[in-house]
Amino acid sequence: MSVLINKDSKVIVQGFTGSEGTFHATQMIEYGTNVVGGVTPGKGGQFRLNKPIFNTVSDAVKETAADVTIIFVPPAFAADAIMEAADAGIKVIVCITEGIPTADMVKVKAYIADKQTRLIGPNCPGIITAEECKVGIMPGFIFKKGTVGIISKSGTLTYEAVDQITKSGLGQTTAIGIGGDPIIGTSTLDAVKLFEADPETKGIILIGEIGGSMEADAAYWIKDHGTKPVVAFIAGETAPKGKRMGHAGAIIGGANDTAQAKKQILRDCGVHVVDSPAELGKKMAELLK
Amino acid sequence: MNLHEYQAKEILKSYGVRIQEGKVAATPEEAVESAVELQKETGTGWWVVKAQIHAGGRGKGGGVKLAKNLDEVKDLSSKMIGMQLVTHQTGEEGKKVSKVLIAQDVYYPGESQVEEFYMSILLNRATGRYTVMYSTEGGMDIESVAEKTPHLIFKEEIDPKVGLMPFQTRKIAFNLGLSGDAFKEMTKFVAALYKAFEAIDASLFEINPVLKTSDNKILAVDAKVNLDDNALYRHPEIVALRDLAEEDPAEIEAGKYNLNFIKLNGNVGCMVNGAGLAMATMDIIKQSGGNPANFLDVGGSANATTVEAGFRIILKDPNVKAILLNIFGGIVRCDRVAQGVVDAYKSIGNISVPVIVRLQGTNAEEGALLINESGLKVKSAITLLEAADLVKSVV
Repeated sequence: MSVLINKDSKVIVQGFTGSEGTFHATQMIEYGTNVVGGVTPGKGGQFRLNKPIFNTVSDAVKETAADVTIIFVPPAFAADAIMEAADAGIKVIVCITEGIPTADMVKVKAYIADKQTRLIGPNCPGIITAEECKVGIMPGFIFKKGTVGIISKSGTLTYEAVDQITKSGLGQTTAIGIGGDPIIGTSTLDAVKLFEADPETKGIILIGEIGGSMEADAAYWIKDHGTKPVVAFIAGETAPKGKRMGHAGAIIGGANDTAQAKKQILRDCGVHVVDSPAELGKKMAELLK
Repeated sequence: MNLHEYQAKEILKSYGVRIQEGKVAATPEEAVESAVELQKETGTGWWVVKAQIHAGGRGKGGGVKLAKNLDEVKDLSSKMIGMQLVTHQTGEEGKKVSKVLIAQDVYYPGESQVEEFYMSILLNRATGRYTVMYSTEGGMDIESVAEKTPHLIFKEEIDPKVGLMPFQTRKIAFNLGLSGDAFKEMTKFVAALYKAFEAIDASLFEINPVLKTSDNKILAVDAKVNLDDNALYRHPEIVALRDLAEEDPAEIEAGKYNLNFIKLNGNVGCMVNGAGLAMATMDIIKQSGGNPANFLDVGGSANATTVEAGFRIILKDPNVKAILLNIFGGIVRCDRVAQGVVDAYKSIGNISVPVIVRLQGTNAEEGALLINESGLKVKSAITLLEAADLVKSVV
């Protein structure tokens, strides 16, 4: 078991023939992901990396029975790409694209609300189920099959946690990069619920940052329903108020979305909060001993 | 991206939002000319001289003053233009005022009482919808209203499938206690405001105060407008309004290299790949006894050019006593980054502060070897703990 994706997932790549799309599709195939094709409007019928290219997501789904997509299209066209995938019945949509206008994402969120689909991202490194399936841009070699689920708003900070968890001998079930934008498809809480329901996941690592209330929402749910140990780190204790720290969503708006406030809420709800990301692996190893 | 009050008001007006009229001036002479013209156009008896800087709290800092005759317009403008205006949002050094807005006096007496309201449009991140937030308590700091009298703050969420509906604008006007002409004016005001918000891809509108005049007009006395940086490509006309003088020179320089840089006040500079890890690195610096001098995300392409640009920008700050480079190599190979560091170091020539390079991930060992054998005064680390200890040893 694992969450969202596994070795049976049939994956397509939107923006397949672009340099990013082709590069990461190659890496994904090398990791063992079952990439069944790609979509680039106007290039239908051609092949790339020995996989068929389709004009539309709907064609790709008809021909390949794809159930997962990864999106590498530029910001101006990404919202449209997400909606196309949702319309075609794709179950899991992973959007890597950074820089999508917020107004476009407001529309996307409303459009997919009543569809049977789950959006991960945008502005995220993707998802990976260790040693089975990678739908993302993370370095595959640092992952090892194991028992820890990882949820993170940040790319390189995820790798940091994964590396520590691998070196501690525990390994990961699945790592979900939920993304650093103000509007994302899968919240911290959504991801926590997925790992709570997964019997193979024994512990959860949660990496958050300043801005918004997602970590607090997850904390309150964990307090009432959580059965697995959760170790958390919140980045941005030293971030000044009102400045956007790289991620579009990483901005302190009030008193409740600072790193300090989030850590306090998490602690009050029984989550094991570490002050340095260097302690994530050690703490989880202690708890799962 | 932020706009000046005068720019924001011009945009609002073009979408049918009634505003306190005004003219911008860069010299006391221009200010007087503007005041004369404004009197002809609006019939205003007095004028308000308003300093144009990108910060709130201008009134309390002395950046908003009433002038009752043209001599006072000239006098107040000459004092304001060129001054360093300090508000609770500018920091101690304040911001230099280079322009003033000469605005009409809208608080004139008349048949009814003048009233001030608060109104903003912003994203509710929890629901993913834009929301109109408004209050009967205008003209005050909304954060203190939220703290003391939260029941006086109202919210109206907008369904993206249909947009702002007329029943919502009526609800807002009723909740603000309006009737008659002022009620009708308010419904139009809110509708026009939202139209402008959508049209320019704003991330925040804050109109404080929204004024009901003594003759029952509704207008924006102030306007804070922030744009969604991700949507600026759709609005070249707004990008043209960018005032570089309001931004930190180091941040502008970094932008040229596609580096995401924010200047802070500490003593340890840092350069990191990824925004989350960059924030975490700042936190680690603090925990090691230093203070971060900046936020710098070099993104996915840490190479000799970006590393060199990063070093140069960080080193412009005389407070920097050490630099921590923290890279987790995924797709980026650590040995390439290490080579970039060595090349940048040699190219700059005289880096006088200790540099700590922490490389982890793809080819980390090779990277460390390259650094250690370069003969440069660079300390290398592989784990975060080692990097933190090295920071401790230099601060």
